[in-house]
Amino acid sequence: MQIGVLAVQGDIREHAYSLETLDHTPVFIREPEQLNDIQALVMPGGESTAMTVLMRRYCLWDALKESISNGLPVYGTCAGLVLLSRRVYNYPEQPTLRVLNVEVERNAYGSQADSFETSLKIKGLDDELFAFFIRAPIIRTWDNGVEILAEHGGTPVLVRQGNTFASSFHPELTHDLRIHKMFLESTVVRKTS
Amino acid sequence: MEQKGTWTVKKGFAEMFKNGVIMDVTTPEQARIAQEAGAVAVMALERIPADIRKEGGVARMASIKLIKEIISSVSIPVMAKVRIGHVAEARILESLGVDFVDESEVLTPADDRYHVDKHTFKVPFVCGARNLGEAARRIAEGAAMIRTKGEAGTGNVVEAVRHMRTVNEEIRRLRNTNDAELVNYGKEIGAPVEILGQVRDLGRLPVVNFAAGGIATPADAALMMLLGCDGVFVGSGIFKSKAPETMARAIVSAVMYFDKPEKLVEICEDVSEAMPGLDVGSLETRLQDRGA
Repeated sequence: MQIGVLAVQGDIREHAYSLETLDHTPVFIREPEQLNDIQALVMPGGESTAMTVLMRRYCLWDALKESISNGLPVYGTCAGLVLLSRRVYNYPEQPTLRVLNVEVERNAYGSQADSFETSLKIKGLDDELFAFFIRAPIIRTWDNGVEILAEHGGTPVLVRQGNTFASSFHPELTHDLRIHKMFLESTVVRKTS
Repeated sequence: MEQKGTWTVKKGFAEMFKNGVIMDVTTPEQARIAQEAGAVAVMALERIPADIRKEGGVARMASIKLIKEIISSVSIPVMAKVRIGHVAEARILESLGVDFVDESEVLTPADDRYHVDKHTFKVPFVCGARNLGEAARRIAEGAAMIRTKGEAGTGNVVEAVRHMRTVNEEIRRLRNTNDAELVNYGKEIGAPVEILGQVRDLGRLPVVNFAAGGIATPADAALMMLLGCDGVFVGSGIFKSKAPETMARAIVSAVMYFDKPEKLVEICEDVSEAMPGLDVGSLETRLQDRGA
């Protein structure tokens, strides 16, 4: 299956590798038209401000918002979560796609020295998952329609709202493919099989 | 249980800079310009390399006041430079909450034999390298990110190209060595065998590798990406150009579309004059020879 990786900035290669390992073909999305050729999209980690600037400069912003509104399954990691959210708590002037009904606080754990790794219990997975939180955002508020799939320190770190998934951690930095698999199986793979 | 400052957390952070541009800034105002143009991080310093080169004297870590002002003026990560081997400057920056430390040959070295033992820090480090041996030594000392040294402050990309080409050539040669030859190769280039083994298996450095030192135009940035760099540092190239905002935006765009010439035409059309350049052969001080 053709799965897009938003190829604007960030750890694009790691997500592409995860998708390839799951026998999908990664498509590197840099043009709005390419959004029509994919069954789902992954938004990598990176800097949300840099991605926002470039997506708006190159007409990807509105096109992506429209595709997601029309049902394109999307999974955002870290910066991807920030972009999908309704609002950034501590930088309210930062534009977001407003497709996921959560409000986030950016860099909420502190500077890089406070970035950490830990293991998480994930709803629907038997074994714990090793997760990397890197200058990660925290989901501060969420609507009833947002399903919480994992928590850490009392706040959600993996959420789902319909076909939209988002995590504040980076599964692509490990060789653990279970989150990518869960995302694809519960959105696109099942639908077509 | 949360574990901070682990190798993967440090190295993983550098992965997030990929396909991005890190810009040198000397004021909070410049930091904001960089962020608005789409920089993935800023490097806080007192003087940009072109001025350090011109003014001479001892170049040291930036003042705490300046770094604090820059941290509070942007939401993107803030890096700062320490002198090679200056463990105390590095501890100060770590404690201050800087996101990344550049142990940099652009500043005057504090130790002419040893680099900082970077494994003992929670904050990640980036170091310059001219070849695979240097890169491997820095990674063995704990650098979570490598950049070419290039020749900072010249606006001349030739040295950065030479360093990237050299690393690429050496990695290609390494790929054809067996275990017995690996030890000898390590001896030849002065590199730890464990690191070389990782490089051979991956076909690239085990950490992110950026271009730095002499990048002055969007085309320079695209060139370095075409050579296989993961991203680009721009020092003097932005704030020594005629129109810094436009230049910053254009270099960010060029890194995204480095392999799309038709896009690069549009991007380059926007920029006016780049910083003045220097012939590397005429330099009195070659910064790249520091800290091998």
